[in-house]
Amino acid sequence: MNFKLKIWRQKASEQNGKFQTFRVQNISPDTSFLEVLDLVNEELVLDKKEPVAFEHDCREGICGSCGVMINGEPHGPGKGVTTCQLYMREFKNNQEIYIEPFRAKAFSVIRDLIVDRSAFDRVQQSGGYISVNTGSAPSANALPVSRENAGRAFSAATCIGCGACVASCKNASASLFVSARLAHFSLLPQGKAEQDKRVLKMVAQMDREGFGACSHTGSCFAACPKEISLENIARMNRSWTKAVLRKRQGSNS
Amino acid sequence: MIDIHPLKSSIPEGPLAEKWDNYKFSARLVNPSNRKKFEIIVVGAGLAGASASASLGELGYNVKTFFIHDSPRRAHSIAAQGGINAAKNYANDGDSVYRLFYDTIKGGDFRAREANVYRLAQISNQIIDHCVAQGVPFAREYGGLLANRSFGGAQVSRTFYARGQTGQQLLLGAYGSLMKQVDQGKVTLYPYTEMLDLIVSEGHARGIVARDLVTGEVTIHTAHAVLVASGGYGNVFYLSTNAMNSNVTAAWRCHKRGAYFANPSFVQIHPTCIPQSGEHQSKLTLMSESLRNDGRVWVPLKKEDSRLPQDIPEEERDYYLERIYPAFGNLVPRDVASRQAKFQVDQGRGVGVSGEAVYLDFTQALRNQGIKGIREKYGNLFSMYERITGENPYKTPMRIFPAVHYTMGGLWVDYDLQSTVPGLFVLGEANFSDHGANRLGASALMQGLADGYFIAPATVGNYLAGLKEESLNLEDCERAKRETEDRLTKLLNLKGSQSVDQIHRKLGRILWDFSGMIRSENSLKKALEQVRSLRQEFWNEAVVPGQNDYKNQELEKAGRVADFLELGEILIRDALIREESCGCHFREEYQTQDNEALRNDENFSHVTAWEWSEENKWREWREPLSFLKVKPSQRSYK
Repeated sequence: MNFKLKIWRQKASEQNGKFQTFRVQNISPDTSFLEVLDLVNEELVLDKKEPVAFEHDCREGICGSCGVMINGEPHGPGKGVTTCQLYMREFKNNQEIYIEPFRAKAFSVIRDLIVDRSAFDRVQQSGGYISVNTGSAPSANALPVSRENAGRAFSAATCIGCGACVASCKNASASLFVSARLAHFSLLPQGKAEQDKRVLKMVAQMDREGFGACSHTGSCFAACPKEISLENIARMNRSWTKAVLRKRQGSNS
Repeated sequence: MIDIHPLKSSIPEGPLAEKWDNYKFSARLVNPSNRKKFEIIVVGAGLAGASASASLGELGYNVKTFFIHDSPRRAHSIAAQGGINAAKNYANDGDSVYRLFYDTIKGGDFRAREANVYRLAQISNQIIDHCVAQGVPFAREYGGLLANRSFGGAQVSRTFYARGQTGQQLLLGAYGSLMKQVDQGKVTLYPYTEMLDLIVSEGHARGIVARDLVTGEVTIHTAHAVLVASGGYGNVFYLSTNAMNSNVTAAWRCHKRGAYFANPSFVQIHPTCIPQSGEHQSKLTLMSESLRNDGRVWVPLKKEDSRLPQDIPEEERDYYLERIYPAFGNLVPRDVASRQAKFQVDQGRGVGVSGEAVYLDFTQALRNQGIKGIREKYGNLFSMYERITGENPYKTPMRIFPAVHYTMGGLWVDYDLQSTVPGLFVLGEANFSDHGANRLGASALMQGLADGYFIAPATVGNYLAGLKEESLNLEDCERAKRETEDRLTKLLNLKGSQSVDQIHRKLGRILWDFSGMIRSENSLKKALEQVRSLRQEFWNEAVVPGQNDYKNQELEKAGRVADFLELGEILIRDALIREESCGCHFREEYQTQDNEALRNDENFSHVTAWEWSEENKWREWREPLSFLKVKPSQRSYK
């Protein structure tokens, strides 16, 4: 297969970027999308030119490192896949493919297709955990968790923190990401004690980082490689409201 | 000349079951108010690094955590699928700490240290308690209690799991605890920062030289102890199930500053991976070994049989694992399953276009448990397989083949997880300690977390409490920094005609062909010669574009491949001098009549630890292994 790639090149966040065109030929449909970028880069390197910087690591859809806009879609065509799990058989021969970084106010460009997603870490840091020091845990089976809730908590916790939800959202909202983390904890009995504090702090931090508000278009769900449910956002809004009210009343739970 | 016994394993006194308690009781403690006076550097933020950073932060130490990714949650622990072992005996099927210990020692083919492995089995239960309290959403039974499954190499159900994403969930647990300590100001994170040298001053590890991967700035960081948890070196083979950025550099820099490297030839080849489909391929994808619980492995009886699998009748199939190992069947340990797959392929019974694969067939399980039952257990694995190969495993058997997966070898450590450089501790896959010559499934997560949550906090405290006022010589720091900068300049001056990846692929090919699943004196000697000349080729012909002062991924790769080229040599030499077969290390010359590994306990019941003496020259040391509790026997899974 042959493709015309238009790849975003940008040296640093404070510099302007532009598209650069590359033609690639004789690509097997079983080649992965990132392997095509590898091929482009190998040629650039052999020509002693700067290769395209892009983030990637596990190449099996779990580390959340990779993620670019492909023809305007985060992680490209196909449902429930990350960029590294995308194969060229999903494209048409001779197709023109635009490749850009995830764009959001909170994600500045580091170089070419790499963006700074450290805002996600700072949101986590503000409360995305259950406080339990090593050594202090009760016996594992002391607290039963219904199979259903454990499954729902898992489905929320399966978020890989790639940022596709933010990139797909016209407001660059991080609501799907933050609500998934919150839902994971609020569905488990272990997470109840800190629930109010957690939701207030994480939502406040999310706002501070410059992520926009959620306007319920659902584009994040459509883009999410792990198909994280929109229900989580509703759950976050509900528990945030409850937490605010409880805080005003001065009660704690 | 081989010197025996310079290596003090520092195993505590007392009966096996009491050693860890004895250790903890006799360990020196740091007064809580004094802990804030100590700085600790942790390199790596995977299961071992994140859990150690969090736990040491909780104790009150000042921790600085360095990692090459943008976020600690990207570490390759996140990709572990199958599960984590613990001796809870929730299944009431006869498990115990002793049985987990015994299985691990036997699974490692009697090449691991008894005391370390026993401690690991003891700690396994605390890990599960802790992870559940952190909110790790393990699979549960209808009654709300934790579910277990059996896993390769074990006859009991002791594996805890979170669908096929156990590593992800455990890492997010450790990451949460880590981020809490960051919020409390006890841990400082250094994202996108690579350790490029270890600072040794007055004989002690006192810090690291690190490079900011975004700005290129090289800086000195000092501390009272350095913990390296930088993972394994499987990517020396180029193609492996490791993540693309996994590398040996941090560990190798420690090695060149005096930390011995143990058993580098012990590399686990995992039996259930998706076969390579072409030259362009950048990595291999693992399919969790839990698939072997329900999948049956087979090849056609007829050689070069080109029929579709569904057209081959039952009586013309060879379910070779079930035939050869009736007791364990498809659940034999990884090394055994991998080697048997290679034997089948070498005899011309491989399947698929390349002929380098065997079938993993779910027909029977689908019939018994229904599509829904199978989807519930393995849904994500089945869809991953389909995405990569374009074939539907609900309809046609999977094709699988072994791939490099895990390295049991690593930096030598004593019972305290301390290397031969005082003050340098090594955790997780980066050390050599617990898996002997072969790791059992679901044991890597257990070891990483045991090291980080429970062992290092005790042993590092013991070290710090005994630390005398050491004067840190600033010239040692400056020298290490200068050497790092010189090396970066040397790499940037490479303007030859081969890409770093091209050379890395060649290195991988040499190691896979001549020092892979089956090795011989001849093949290893050939490999040694070729790796040495490839190293020359790298420094003469490689090309590294660009400059130092921005995110230059080719420069990062070049430094790592240069280290792999040195490690490659010692991996081969280690395989060459170990004139026996054990676990994953299979020397053609040493096998039983029915092609099983033939150990030589009389001459090789030891750990080989290599000391770097000068540029690509090593000195060999041995730590004898004594088995007081378990009598080494010929491993049998029949």
